[in-house]
Amino acid sequence: MSTAPAQAVTWTPQDYKSDYKPIWCPGCGDYSVLSSVTKAFAALQLKPEDTVVVSGIGCSSRIPAYTSCYGFHGVHGRSLVAGTGLKIARPELTVVVAGGDGDGYSIGGNHFLHACRRNVDITYIVMDNHVYGMTKGQPSPTTEPDWVSKLSPGGTGVRTFHPLVIALAAGANFVARAFAGDPNGTAEMIAEAIRTPGFSFIEILSPCVTFRPEQREWKKVVHPASVQWTDDPARAARRVMTDDGFNVGVLYKGIRPPYQPPVGKARKRVADLEKEFAI
Amino acid sequence: MSPAKKKARRAPVTKKVVRKPATATRKVAPKRTPLKVVSTPAAASPASPIGSIDALMAYAFALEAEASERYSEFADAMETHNNREVAELFRKLARIENLHAEHILEEMGWSTAPPPPSSGWRWQGLEGPETAEHTDLHYLMQPYHALQIALHNERRAEAFFADLVKKAPSGKVRDAAKEMVAEETEHVRLVEEWLKRTPKPDSDWAVDLDPPRWAD
Repeated sequence: MSTAPAQAVTWTPQDYKSDYKPIWCPGCGDYSVLSSVTKAFAALQLKPEDTVVVSGIGCSSRIPAYTSCYGFHGVHGRSLVAGTGLKIARPELTVVVAGGDGDGYSIGGNHFLHACRRNVDITYIVMDNHVYGMTKGQPSPTTEPDWVSKLSPGGTGVRTFHPLVIALAAGANFVARAFAGDPNGTAEMIAEAIRTPGFSFIEILSPCVTFRPEQREWKKVVHPASVQWTDDPARAARRVMTDDGFNVGVLYKGIRPPYQPPVGKARKRVADLEKEFAI
Repeated sequence: MSPAKKKARRAPVTKKVVRKPATATRKVAPKRTPLKVVSTPAAASPASPIGSIDALMAYAFALEAEASERYSEFADAMETHNNREVAELFRKLARIENLHAEHILEEMGWSTAPPPPSSGWRWQGLEGPETAEHTDLHYLMQPYHALQIALHNERRAEAFFADLVKKAPSGKVRDAAKEMVAEETEHVRLVEEWLKRTPKPDSDWAVDLDPPRWAD
Protein backbone atom coordinates (compact mmCIF):
# COMPACT_ATOMS: atom_id res chain seq x y z
CA MET A 1 0.00 0.00 0.00
CA SER A 2 1.42 3.35 -0.96
CA THR A 3 1.10 6.42 1.17
CA ALA A 4 0.77 10.00 0.05
CA PRO A 5 4.14 11.76 -0.15
CA ALA A 6 4.82 13.96 2.83
CA GLN A 7 4.39 17.62 2.01
CA ALA A 8 7.17 20.00 2.93
CA VAL A 9 6.15 22.14 5.88
CA THR A 10 6.74 25.85 5.48
CA TRP A 11 7.17 27.70 8.74
CA THR A 12 5.93 31.27 8.95
CA PRO A 13 6.91 33.80 11.64
CA GLN A 14 3.47 33.30 13.20
CA ASP A 15 4.27 29.61 13.75
CA TYR A 16 7.01 30.55 16.21
CA LYS A 17 4.72 32.66 18.39
CA SER A 18 3.08 31.09 21.41
CA ASP A 19 -0.45 31.72 22.63
CA TYR A 20 0.90 33.82 25.49
CA LYS A 21 0.63 37.55 24.87
CA PRO A 22 3.61 39.67 25.91
CA ILE A 23 3.10 41.80 28.99
CA TRP A 24 5.80 44.30 28.07
CA CYS A 25 4.83 47.97 28.29
CA PRO A 26 3.12 49.27 25.14
CA GLY A 27 5.85 50.92 23.08
CA CYS A 28 8.64 48.65 24.38
CA GLY A 29 11.30 47.74 21.82
CA ASP A 30 11.19 44.10 22.90
CA TYR A 31 7.96 43.57 20.91
CA SER A 32 9.95 44.28 17.75
CA VAL A 33 12.76 41.99 18.84
CA LEU A 34 10.27 39.15 19.33
CA SER A 35 9.02 39.83 15.82
CA SER A 36 12.60 39.78 14.51
CA VAL A 37 13.38 36.50 16.25
CA THR A 38 10.33 34.78 14.76
CA LYS A 39 11.10 36.22 11.31
CA ALA A 40 14.69 34.98 11.55
CA PHE A 41 13.56 31.49 12.55
CA ALA A 42 11.12 31.45 9.62
CA ALA A 43 13.83 32.65 7.23
CA LEU A 44 15.99 29.72 8.30
CA GLN A 45 13.00 27.35 8.40
CA LEU A 46 14.06 26.06 11.81
CA LYS A 47 11.80 23.42 13.26
CA PRO A 48 10.35 24.75 16.53
CA GLU A 49 11.07 21.42 18.18
CA ASP A 50 14.75 21.72 17.23
CA THR A 51 15.09 25.29 18.43
CA VAL A 52 15.55 26.51 21.99
CA VAL A 53 15.33 30.01 23.39
CA VAL A 54 17.12 30.38 26.73
CA SER A 55 16.96 33.44 28.96
CA GLY A 56 17.78 34.80 32.39
CA ILE A 57 15.75 37.33 34.35
CA GLY A 58 14.34 40.70 33.34
CA CYS A 59 11.73 42.16 31.01
CA SER A 60 13.45 40.92 27.86
CA SER A 61 14.10 37.53 29.43
CA ARG A 62 10.40 36.77 29.21
CA ILE A 63 10.89 36.10 25.52
CA PRO A 64 11.05 32.25 25.61
CA ALA A 65 7.44 32.11 26.82
CA TYR A 66 6.30 34.08 23.80
CA THR A 67 7.76 31.61 21.32
CA SER A 68 6.49 28.17 20.43
CA CYS A 69 10.03 26.71 20.55
CA TYR A 70 11.48 24.97 23.55
CA GLY A 71 12.43 27.50 26.17
CA PHE A 72 14.33 27.82 29.42
CA HIS A 73 13.72 30.83 31.65
CA GLY A 74 16.69 30.45 33.93
CA VAL A 75 18.44 32.10 36.83
CA HIS A 76 19.45 35.78 36.75
CA GLY A 77 22.61 36.20 34.70
CA ARG A 78 23.04 32.50 34.04
CA SER A 79 21.30 32.18 30.69
CA LEU A 80 24.60 31.66 28.86
CA VAL A 81 25.53 28.88 31.25
CA ALA A 82 22.29 27.02 30.55
CA GLY A 83 22.53 27.71 26.82
CA THR A 84 26.14 26.55 26.62
CA GLY A 85 25.41 23.36 28.53
CA LEU A 86 22.42 22.62 26.36
CA LYS A 87 24.37 23.07 23.12
CA ILE A 88 27.16 20.82 24.36
CA ALA A 89 24.69 18.13 25.39
CA ARG A 90 22.46 18.47 22.32
CA PRO A 91 24.60 19.86 19.49
CA GLU A 92 21.89 19.21 16.91
CA LEU A 93 19.68 21.93 18.42
CA THR A 94 19.77 25.59 17.48
CA VAL A 95 20.27 27.52 20.71
CA VAL A 96 19.47 31.21 20.99
CA VAL A 97 20.14 32.91 24.31
CA ALA A 98 18.36 36.19 25.01
CA GLY A 99 18.29 38.75 27.79
CA GLY A 100 18.87 42.30 28.81
CA ASP A 101 21.85 44.49 29.65
CA GLY A 102 21.52 44.04 33.41
CA ASP A 103 21.19 40.29 33.17
CA GLY A 104 23.97 39.87 30.62
CA TYR A 105 26.55 42.48 31.51
CA SER A 106 26.21 42.80 35.28
CA ILE A 107 24.88 39.70 36.99
CA GLY A 108 26.00 37.54 34.07
CA GLY A 109 29.04 39.59 33.09
CA ASN A 110 31.53 36.91 33.94
CA HIS A 111 29.63 34.29 31.97
CA PHE A 112 29.49 36.67 29.02
CA LEU A 113 33.29 36.88 28.92
CA HIS A 114 33.80 33.15 29.05
CA ALA A 115 31.02 32.34 26.61
CA CYS A 116 32.80 34.57 24.07
CA ARG A 117 36.08 32.86 24.91
CA ARG A 118 34.72 29.31 24.63
CA ASN A 119 33.08 30.04 21.28
CA VAL A 120 30.35 27.42 21.61
CA ASP A 121 28.02 27.51 18.59
CA ILE A 122 25.17 29.58 20.07
CA THR A 123 23.67 33.00 19.37
CA TYR A 124 23.34 35.56 22.14
CA ILE A 125 21.04 38.55 21.69
CA VAL A 126 20.97 41.29 24.27
CA MET A 127 18.09 43.76 24.31
CA ASP A 128 19.94 46.77 25.67
CA ASN A 129 17.87 49.64 27.04
CA HIS A 130 20.53 51.00 29.41
CA VAL A 131 18.35 50.43 32.48
CA TYR A 132 16.92 47.77 34.79
CA GLY A 133 13.27 48.05 33.73
CA MET A 134 11.68 45.18 35.62
CA THR A 135 12.92 46.42 38.98
CA LYS A 136 11.89 50.05 38.44
CA GLY A 137 14.67 51.82 36.68
CA GLN A 138 18.02 51.32 38.39
CA PRO A 139 21.10 52.17 36.30
CA SER A 140 22.59 49.18 34.49
CA PRO A 141 26.17 48.66 33.26
CA THR A 142 25.34 50.45 30.00
CA THR A 143 23.61 53.45 31.62
CA GLU A 144 25.31 56.74 30.83
CA PRO A 145 27.29 58.03 33.86
CA ASP A 146 25.37 61.32 33.89
CA TRP A 147 21.84 59.86 33.62
CA VAL A 148 19.92 61.32 36.52
CA SER A 149 16.90 59.64 38.07
CA LYS A 150 15.43 59.32 41.53
CA LEU A 151 17.37 56.11 41.92
CA SER A 152 20.62 57.62 40.71
CA PRO A 153 20.62 61.26 41.84
CA GLY A 154 23.49 63.09 40.20
CA GLY A 155 24.12 60.11 37.94
CA THR A 156 26.30 57.12 38.71
CA GLY A 157 29.50 58.76 37.51
CA VAL A 158 30.59 55.29 36.46
CA ARG A 159 32.05 54.56 33.05
CA THR A 160 29.73 52.50 30.84
CA PHE A 161 30.40 48.89 29.95
CA HIS A 162 31.19 48.47 26.25
CA PRO A 163 29.75 45.06 25.30
CA LEU A 164 30.90 45.03 21.67
CA VAL A 165 34.53 45.72 22.53
CA ILE A 166 34.43 43.21 25.35
CA ALA A 167 32.96 40.58 23.02
CA LEU A 168 35.70 41.23 20.46
CA ALA A 169 38.44 41.09 23.05
CA ALA A 170 37.07 37.92 24.59
CA GLY A 171 36.80 36.05 21.30
CA ALA A 172 33.19 36.11 20.04
CA ASN A 173 33.09 34.94 16.45
CA PHE A 174 30.29 37.22 15.20
CA VAL A 175 29.65 40.67 16.65
CA ALA A 176 26.91 43.05 15.55
CA ARG A 177 24.70 45.91 16.70
CA ALA A 178 21.05 46.16 15.71
CA PHE A 179 18.11 48.45 16.42
CA ALA A 180 14.72 47.15 17.57
CA GLY A 181 12.94 49.77 15.46
CA ASP A 182 14.18 47.97 12.35
CA PRO A 183 12.59 44.53 12.84
CA ASN A 184 13.32 43.34 9.30
CA GLY A 185 16.98 44.37 9.41
CA THR A 186 17.33 42.86 12.87
CA ALA A 187 15.73 39.61 11.67
CA GLU A 188 18.28 39.38 8.84
CA MET A 189 21.06 39.95 11.34
CA ILE A 190 19.78 37.29 13.76
CA ALA A 191 19.51 34.79 10.90
CA GLU A 192 23.06 35.60 9.83
CA ALA A 193 24.27 35.18 13.42
CA ILE A 194 22.62 31.77 13.70
CA ARG A 195 24.14 30.69 10.39
CA THR A 196 27.64 31.75 11.43
CA PRO A 197 29.44 29.00 13.37
CA GLY A 198 30.65 29.77 16.86
CA PHE A 199 29.52 32.27 19.48
CA SER A 200 27.51 35.04 17.83
CA PHE A 201 26.66 38.17 19.75
CA ILE A 202 24.13 40.84 18.76
CA GLU A 203 23.60 43.94 20.85
CA ILE A 204 20.09 45.22 20.05
CA LEU A 205 19.23 48.77 21.04
CA SER A 206 15.73 48.26 22.40
CA PRO A 207 14.02 51.34 23.88
CA CYS A 208 12.50 51.26 27.37
CA VAL A 209 9.65 53.74 26.96
CA THR A 210 8.71 53.64 30.64
CA PHE A 211 11.97 54.41 32.43
CA ARG A 212 13.89 55.89 29.50
CA PRO A 213 11.15 57.60 27.43
CA GLU A 214 13.79 59.68 25.68
CA GLN A 215 14.84 56.44 23.94
CA ARG A 216 11.77 56.81 21.69
CA GLU A 217 14.04 59.20 19.81
CA TRP A 218 16.65 56.54 19.08
CA LYS A 219 15.01 55.94 15.73
CA LYS A 220 16.16 59.40 14.71
CA VAL A 221 19.80 58.80 15.52
CA VAL A 222 20.55 55.22 14.53
CA HIS A 223 22.30 54.88 11.21
CA PRO A 224 23.87 52.08 9.20
CA ALA A 225 27.56 51.41 9.61
CA SER A 226 29.39 53.17 6.82
CA VAL A 227 31.80 50.30 6.31
CA GLN A 228 31.39 46.56 5.92
CA TRP A 229 32.28 44.02 8.55
CA THR A 230 35.85 43.01 9.06
CA ASP A 231 37.56 39.78 10.12
CA ASP A 232 40.16 41.72 12.09
CA PRO A 233 39.04 42.08 15.73
CA ALA A 234 41.49 44.90 16.47
CA ARG A 235 40.18 46.92 13.55
CA ALA A 236 36.60 46.21 14.58
CA ALA A 237 37.38 47.28 18.15
CA ARG A 238 38.92 50.55 16.98
CA ARG A 239 35.84 51.28 14.91
CA VAL A 240 33.40 50.61 17.68
CA MET A 241 35.42 52.45 20.30
CA THR A 242 35.20 55.63 18.25
CA ASP A 243 31.62 55.44 16.97
CA ASP A 244 28.61 57.26 18.42
CA GLY A 245 26.94 54.14 19.79
CA PHE A 246 24.19 54.25 17.16
CA ASN A 247 26.05 52.59 14.31
CA VAL A 248 24.10 49.46 13.33
CA GLY A 249 25.27 46.52 11.27
CA VAL A 250 27.57 43.54 11.42
CA LEU A 251 30.88 44.63 12.85
CA TYR A 252 32.98 41.49 12.89
CA LYS A 253 32.92 37.94 11.54
CA GLY A 254 35.72 35.60 12.50
CA ILE A 255 36.80 32.18 11.32
CA ARG A 256 37.60 30.61 14.68
CA PRO A 257 36.18 27.07 14.74
CA PRO A 258 33.51 26.59 17.38
CA TYR A 259 34.22 24.63 20.54
CA GLN A 260 33.71 20.92 20.10
CA PRO A 261 33.13 18.78 23.19
CA PRO A 262 35.26 15.65 23.61
CA VAL A 263 33.89 12.76 21.63
CA GLY A 264 33.09 9.45 23.28
CA LYS A 265 31.07 8.06 26.11
CA ALA A 266 31.10 9.63 29.52
CA ARG A 267 33.51 7.81 31.76
CA LYS A 268 31.27 7.89 34.78
CA ARG A 269 27.68 6.87 35.24
CA VAL A 270 25.19 9.22 36.88
CA ALA A 271 25.02 6.87 39.85
CA ASP A 272 28.81 7.15 40.33
CA LEU A 273 28.61 10.93 40.24
CA GLU A 274 25.79 10.94 42.76
CA LYS A 275 27.86 8.76 45.04
CA GLU A 276 30.69 11.30 44.98
CA PHE A 277 28.32 14.02 46.14
CA ALA A 278 26.69 11.98 48.88
CA ILE A 279 27.16 13.35 52.38
CA MET B 1 26.70 22.20 14.51
CA SER B 2 23.08 22.78 13.50
CA PRO B 3 22.25 22.17 9.83
CA ALA B 4 21.39 25.82 9.41
CA LYS B 5 24.89 26.83 10.43
CA LYS B 6 26.42 24.68 7.72
CA LYS B 7 24.99 26.98 5.07
CA ALA B 8 27.32 29.32 3.29
CA ARG B 9 27.79 32.79 4.70
CA ARG B 10 26.03 35.65 3.04
CA ALA B 11 27.14 39.11 2.20
CA PRO B 12 26.86 41.56 5.08
CA VAL B 13 23.43 43.00 5.70
CA THR B 14 22.91 46.40 4.17
CA LYS B 15 20.88 48.48 6.56
CA LYS B 16 18.20 50.82 5.37
CA VAL B 17 18.26 53.22 8.27
CA VAL B 18 18.41 56.85 7.29
CA ARG B 19 21.58 58.56 8.45
CA LYS B 20 20.93 61.49 10.70
CA PRO B 21 23.23 63.42 12.98
CA ALA B 22 23.49 62.00 16.46
CA THR B 23 22.06 64.05 19.26
CA ALA B 24 23.31 64.19 22.78
CA THR B 25 21.69 61.82 25.23
CA ARG B 26 19.31 63.54 27.59
CA LYS B 27 20.84 63.66 31.00
CA VAL B 28 17.77 63.98 33.18
CA ALA B 29 14.92 61.50 33.11
CA PRO B 30 11.97 63.53 31.78
CA LYS B 31 8.57 63.58 33.45
CA ARG B 32 6.63 62.20 30.50
CA THR B 33 6.85 62.20 26.75
CA PRO B 34 3.65 63.40 25.07
CA LEU B 35 2.39 60.90 22.52
CA LYS B 36 2.74 62.02 18.97
CA VAL B 37 3.14 60.08 15.79
CA VAL B 38 6.77 60.35 14.89
CA SER B 39 7.15 57.29 12.68
CA THR B 40 9.82 57.24 10.02
CA PRO B 41 8.59 59.62 7.33
CA ALA B 42 9.72 57.31 4.56
CA ALA B 43 6.89 55.76 2.60
CA ALA B 44 8.25 56.30 -0.84
CA SER B 45 8.93 53.50 -3.29
CA PRO B 46 10.81 50.26 -2.68
CA ALA B 47 14.46 50.34 -3.59
CA SER B 48 14.03 48.19 -6.70
CA PRO B 49 11.60 49.25 -9.43
CA ILE B 50 8.37 47.27 -9.71
CA GLY B 51 8.17 45.99 -13.24
CA SER B 52 4.85 44.17 -13.44
CA ILE B 53 1.33 44.28 -12.11
CA ASP B 54 1.94 41.01 -10.25
CA ALA B 55 4.95 42.53 -8.50
CA LEU B 56 3.02 45.70 -7.70
CA MET B 57 0.11 43.78 -6.22
CA ALA B 58 2.46 41.51 -4.27
CA TYR B 59 3.88 44.64 -2.65
CA ALA B 60 0.35 45.95 -2.05
CA PHE B 61 -0.56 42.65 -0.38
CA ALA B 62 2.57 42.63 1.79
CA LEU B 63 1.90 46.21 2.85
CA GLU B 64 -1.66 45.41 3.99
CA ALA B 65 -0.77 42.08 5.61
CA GLU B 66 2.11 43.60 7.58
CA ALA B 67 -0.12 46.46 8.75
CA SER B 68 -2.81 44.01 9.86
CA GLU B 69 -0.30 41.98 11.85
CA ARG B 70 1.09 45.07 13.57
CA TYR B 71 -2.38 46.37 14.51
CA SER B 72 -3.15 42.92 15.97
CA GLU B 73 0.01 43.13 18.07
CA PHE B 74 -1.05 46.60 19.23
CA ALA B 75 -4.50 45.28 20.13
CA ASP B 76 -2.92 42.48 22.17
CA ALA B 77 -0.65 44.94 23.99
CA MET B 78 -3.56 47.25 24.81
CA GLU B 79 -5.73 44.35 25.95
CA THR B 80 -2.96 43.16 28.25
CA HIS B 81 -2.80 46.63 29.77
CA ASN B 82 -6.56 46.84 30.16
CA ASN B 83 -6.99 49.67 27.66
CA ARG B 84 -9.95 47.89 26.12
CA GLU B 85 -11.35 50.74 24.07
CA VAL B 86 -8.11 51.26 22.16
CA ALA B 87 -7.57 47.49 21.93
CA GLU B 88 -10.94 47.16 20.24
CA LEU B 89 -10.08 49.94 17.82
CA PHE B 90 -6.74 48.40 16.87
CA ARG B 91 -8.49 45.04 16.45
CA LYS B 92 -10.92 46.72 14.06
CA LEU B 93 -8.06 48.33 12.12
CA ALA B 94 -6.36 44.93 11.90
CA ARG B 95 -9.55 43.41 10.47
CA ILE B 96 -9.87 46.22 7.92
CA GLU B 97 -6.28 45.81 6.73
CA ASN B 98 -6.77 42.06 6.56
CA LEU B 99 -9.86 42.58 4.39
CA HIS B 100 -7.80 44.76 2.07
CA ALA B 101 -5.17 42.02 1.84
CA GLU B 102 -7.82 39.37 1.14
CA HIS B 103 -9.38 41.60 -1.48
CA ILE B 104 -6.03 41.78 -3.31
CA LEU B 105 -5.75 37.98 -3.26
CA GLU B 106 -9.25 37.70 -4.68
CA GLU B 107 -8.67 40.32 -7.36
CA MET B 108 -5.46 38.66 -8.47
CA GLY B 109 -6.88 35.14 -8.28
CA TRP B 110 -4.16 34.09 -5.86
CA SER B 111 -4.97 31.29 -3.46
CA THR B 112 -2.09 32.04 -1.10
CA ALA B 113 0.02 35.01 -0.12
CA PRO B 114 2.57 35.91 -2.79
CA PRO B 115 6.10 35.00 -1.71
CA PRO B 116 8.50 37.85 -1.04
CA PRO B 117 11.13 38.60 -3.69
CA SER B 118 14.38 36.68 -3.20
CA SER B 119 15.96 39.80 -1.73
CA GLY B 120 12.97 40.32 0.59
CA TRP B 121 10.50 43.20 0.55
CA ARG B 122 12.45 46.37 -0.06
CA TRP B 123 10.75 49.35 1.52
CA GLN B 124 12.40 52.70 1.53
CA GLY B 125 11.67 53.01 5.23
CA LEU B 126 12.42 50.33 7.80
CA GLU B 127 9.06 48.62 7.31
CA GLY B 128 6.05 48.84 5.02
CA PRO B 129 4.46 52.30 4.74
CA GLU B 130 1.26 51.22 6.53
CA THR B 131 3.09 49.56 9.41
CA ALA B 132 3.07 51.58 12.61
CA GLU B 133 6.04 51.53 14.94
CA HIS B 134 5.88 49.88 18.35
CA THR B 135 7.18 53.02 20.03
CA ASP B 136 4.05 54.89 18.86
CA LEU B 137 2.10 53.18 21.65
CA HIS B 138 1.37 54.48 25.13
CA TYR B 139 -0.56 52.52 27.72
CA LEU B 140 -2.90 55.44 28.42
CA MET B 141 -3.48 56.39 24.78
CA GLN B 142 -7.02 57.04 23.60
CA PRO B 143 -8.91 56.14 20.39
CA TYR B 144 -8.03 59.55 18.96
CA HIS B 145 -4.33 58.70 19.21
CA ALA B 146 -4.88 55.32 17.57
CA LEU B 147 -6.69 56.96 14.68
CA GLN B 148 -3.88 59.51 14.33
CA ILE B 149 -1.51 56.60 13.87
CA ALA B 150 -3.86 55.04 11.30
CA LEU B 151 -4.17 58.32 9.41
CA HIS B 152 -0.40 58.74 9.33
CA ASN B 153 -0.03 55.22 7.92
CA GLU B 154 -2.73 55.66 5.27
CA ARG B 155 -1.07 58.86 4.11
CA ARG B 156 2.25 57.09 3.84
CA ALA B 157 0.62 54.33 1.77
CA GLU B 158 -0.92 56.97 -0.50
CA ALA B 159 2.51 58.56 -0.98
CA PHE B 160 4.05 55.13 -1.60
CA PHE B 161 1.74 54.37 -4.53
CA ALA B 162 1.90 57.95 -5.83
CA ASP B 163 5.66 57.53 -6.05
CA LEU B 164 5.19 54.27 -7.94
CA VAL B 165 2.96 56.07 -10.45
CA LYS B 166 5.90 58.36 -11.20
CA LYS B 167 8.39 55.51 -11.48
CA ALA B 168 6.25 52.86 -13.22
CA PRO B 169 8.04 51.39 -16.24
CA SER B 170 4.85 50.77 -18.23
CA GLY B 171 1.38 52.21 -18.71
CA LYS B 172 -0.31 49.14 -17.25
CA VAL B 173 1.69 49.27 -14.03
CA ARG B 174 1.15 53.02 -13.85
CA ASP B 175 -2.61 52.60 -14.21
CA ALA B 176 -2.65 49.92 -11.51
CA ALA B 177 -0.60 52.13 -9.21
CA LYS B 178 -3.03 55.00 -9.85
CA GLU B 179 -5.89 52.74 -8.79
CA MET B 180 -4.03 51.99 -5.58
CA VAL B 181 -3.48 55.71 -4.97
CA ALA B 182 -7.22 56.28 -5.38
CA GLU B 183 -7.96 53.51 -2.88
CA GLU B 184 -5.51 54.86 -0.33
CA THR B 185 -6.88 58.39 -0.81
CA GLU B 186 -10.29 57.01 0.03
CA HIS B 187 -8.87 55.34 3.14
CA VAL B 188 -7.31 58.64 4.19
CA ARG B 189 -10.68 60.35 3.80
CA LEU B 190 -12.47 57.67 5.81
CA VAL B 191 -9.99 57.86 8.69
CA GLU B 192 -10.17 61.68 8.65
CA GLU B 193 -13.95 61.46 9.01
CA TRP B 194 -13.58 58.88 11.76
CA LEU B 195 -11.21 61.24 13.57
CA LYS B 196 -13.74 64.09 13.34
CA ARG B 197 -16.30 61.91 15.13
CA THR B 198 -13.82 60.91 17.84
CA PRO B 199 -13.38 63.07 20.96
CA LYS B 200 -10.01 64.74 21.31
CA PRO B 201 -8.12 63.72 24.45
CA ASP B 202 -7.75 66.16 27.31
CA SER B 203 -4.34 67.73 27.74
CA ASP B 204 -3.70 65.60 30.84
CA TRP B 205 -4.53 62.30 29.16
CA ALA B 206 -1.14 60.84 30.09
CA VAL B 207 -1.34 61.73 33.78
CA ASP B 208 -1.29 58.59 35.88
CA LEU B 209 -1.88 59.03 39.60
CA ASP B 210 -0.14 55.72 40.23
CA PRO B 211 2.63 55.76 37.63
CA PRO B 212 4.81 52.73 37.08
CA ARG B 213 7.94 54.82 36.77
CA TRP B 214 9.13 55.73 40.21
CA ALA B 215 9.92 53.63 43.23
CA ASP B 216 8.79 56.18 45.81
